[in-house]
Amino acid sequence: MLALLEIKDISKRFGNLVANDKISFTQMQGEVLAILGENGAGKTTLMNILFGHYKPDSGEIVFRGSKLPAGKPGNAIEVGIGMVHQHFTLAENLTVLENIIIGEQSLLSFSLPQKSARKKLQDLSDRFGLPINPDTIVANLSVSEKQRLEILKTLYRDCTLLILDEPTAALTPQETDSLFSTIKNMVKNGLSVILISHKLNEILAVSDRIVVLRHGKLVGEVVTSKANRTEIAEMIVGGTVNYPKKEKSSPGKEVMRLENISCNPINESTKGLNGVDISLFEGQILGIAGVTGNGQTSLAKMMSGHLKPKNGELFFDKKRIEVFNPKKFMELGVAYIPEDRNIDGLVADMSVWENAVITEISDEKLGNTLGFLNNSSCNDAAQILCETYDVRTQTLQQPARLLSGGNVQKLLLGRWLIRQPKVLIACQPTRGLDEGAIASIQKLILDVRKKGNAVLLITEDLDELLKLSDTVSVIYNGKLSNSFSAEGLDRARVGLMMAGEGFYD
Amino acid sequence: MIFDFVEILFTAGFWAATIRIACPLIFATLGELICERAGVLNLGIEGIMSVGAMVGWMAVYQGADLYSGILIAAFVGAMFGLLHAIFSVYLGASQHVTGIGITMLASSLGFFSFKLILPYSTTPPKIEPFQPIDIPFLSDIPFLGEALFQHTPFTYLAIISVVFIFWLINSTPFGLSIKMAGENPMALEAQGIDVLLVRSMAVILGSALMAVGGAYLTMSAFDAFYFGMVNGRGWIAIALVIFATWKPERALLGALLFAGLDAYQVRAQQLAGAVIPYQFFLMMPFLLSIVAMIIAAKKTRYPKALLIPFRRGERH
Repeated sequence: MLALLEIKDISKRFGNLVANDKISFTQMQGEVLAILGENGAGKTTLMNILFGHYKPDSGEIVFRGSKLPAGKPGNAIEVGIGMVHQHFTLAENLTVLENIIIGEQSLLSFSLPQKSARKKLQDLSDRFGLPINPDTIVANLSVSEKQRLEILKTLYRDCTLLILDEPTAALTPQETDSLFSTIKNMVKNGLSVILISHKLNEILAVSDRIVVLRHGKLVGEVVTSKANRTEIAEMIVGGTVNYPKKEKSSPGKEVMRLENISCNPINESTKGLNGVDISLFEGQILGIAGVTGNGQTSLAKMMSGHLKPKNGELFFDKKRIEVFNPKKFMELGVAYIPEDRNIDGLVADMSVWENAVITEISDEKLGNTLGFLNNSSCNDAAQILCETYDVRTQTLQQPARLLSGGNVQKLLLGRWLIRQPKVLIACQPTRGLDEGAIASIQKLILDVRKKGNAVLLITEDLDELLKLSDTVSVIYNGKLSNSFSAEGLDRARVGLMMAGEGFYD
Repeated sequence: MIFDFVEILFTAGFWAATIRIACPLIFATLGELICERAGVLNLGIEGIMSVGAMVGWMAVYQGADLYSGILIAAFVGAMFGLLHAIFSVYLGASQHVTGIGITMLASSLGFFSFKLILPYSTTPPKIEPFQPIDIPFLSDIPFLGEALFQHTPFTYLAIISVVFIFWLINSTPFGLSIKMAGENPMALEAQGIDVLLVRSMAVILGSALMAVGGAYLTMSAFDAFYFGMVNGRGWIAIALVIFATWKPERALLGALLFAGLDAYQVRAQQLAGAVIPYQFFLMMPFLLSIVAMIIAAKKTRYPKALLIPFRRGERH
């Protein structure tokens, strides 16, 4: 086999952060090479260097025997490298065809070759089994269709090496399977593929060889057929992952009770609630299973005071709650981890310290007597928070958006836990996190339970749900099932209920 | 009385005036539209129009022919566009601040150099501006001929430029890149196109059009230059871009609508000036434009990357 691509001693820094540290590897012609690593390990940075978005600080890339000029995507495209970015690079106001043909011609030419482009697109669609309507506006495409378009874009530019950056992050299991068969089909047609992921199962299913990155360094290279699962998992996290164990805990007194509560949906893509009863007990975790969009968001927002129910009653410590606002609920001792942490939890462009103290700014300890904040006490408070909850940040002053997903979640969770909440409403707390971060977040949630407080856990991940919860309810179409003990609960039965079995209108 | 107000709409003079008043707005709105479609707000518009008005006029006053005057105005506008692009595109500075700075610089510099070149003029000197030409046959049609086909060449140029910009945006690779640069610059970069270059070219082209819009005032609508003659037309063009939902054909419509209201109020003043204070009529185009904007802009979808600087090679 011929070496297609040689990555030689690539290094790249961003400020103090060493994103890539002397990374070298080789990819063969026709190979599916997987790059594994946790979030922030430097996978995307490396691919952005290969594709020309970034210039490396040192090192070089050799493609088909000749050196690839650094720092221009145009050069990469020209030699036949194509990249599907994790965040789609599509103009939503334009059509599929327009997104595909841009860049093929000189900006100074007078016409767009719509007709020939249409034909070429049709040929590619047929050949690779990727159907698409060229005249649809991209905003109207589904996530998997957008990804299909991204792949077609690279094929249209005659790509021979396709980079897929976290391609399955937003796909359903069925869509993932279909993507993998597309990849296999491409390899049959002579393409080579680089696949980036932090999901070990997928990589094992589809790749030929695996390269593992950790903290910007290449830490291992294995042929997939000879790979050992646990070995790779340890390579990724740099040691064994200690998943927390649930200890015995018997229910204490009832903290929060919902009686026959109904809510209107917050937007078109979610359901409201329809006559929901819930009891949360001290020292217990109630898990809510269900397919996303069945009313989970409304439930979490209502129980944290963001949404006022249409009817029904909510009791906290046996007292009926009349006023639904987040501040009131915060004062009662309700903590809320929103499902979209980057939008509802974090002010991404503000600094880490500002995000750490934002819920505490009315506290006099932060110097808020005359309406001014005292910078050094804020920094101290933020420092304590970051140390207590292991939030890894380079400086407290850097924008919060530079934190990895796991560290963002630890910051948000820590911000609440430091207030010693009586009830924690956790909505998709580990979605999109890597294994090490998942273990830390799960441990923090179990700690809340251990301290004798109540948790409502909403998650799509059934394994996580069964592992952490004491009791489980299923939500479907705004209705909630009875609760079951999580111990020995039949997964298949929960799956059926998630699809609506046992719910009547 | 009421009949008189309606009758205004049936005079060819009213329609001819509407088109005349619309022309500088058409150029300016197209110019701003190009910039904003590429993701760059150009608040330099008011100043660039001023300097265009001065430079075009001055060139002709110094002996250039009228068409060279337009080209020279466009060139100077393009240079101010380049300045805007250096700051707002390449250096990623705030588009608001850069734009307002350019307006202040350009309008003052325009008047300052006017005074340097002609220090002793008290009454503004005049040039021989573009003259109306009758288009053969068409200008003989009753009513329509006078309304549409007895204008100066500069006026016809405004209409041609709408067609040109429409074609540029909708049918060329450059136009497509402009649209993409204003929507998701990363999409453009990922296709191997230099986002900063596309944005800069758009700002330069747009600024040239703005300056030509200014030159219309001194070379076709009027025959002299004086300070403050642009009189807020640049700001109106910015509102018209929103009214136009960033589409050239609707920019033409918006400019005509505003100009029509303006032409109408002048005539209405003459009819009712004794009863209603003339300021009321002066206010009407602006008031009605605001109403039109509210109605038209309700469903407006901004170019998503408008105002957001694109910085290459940074972590996102």
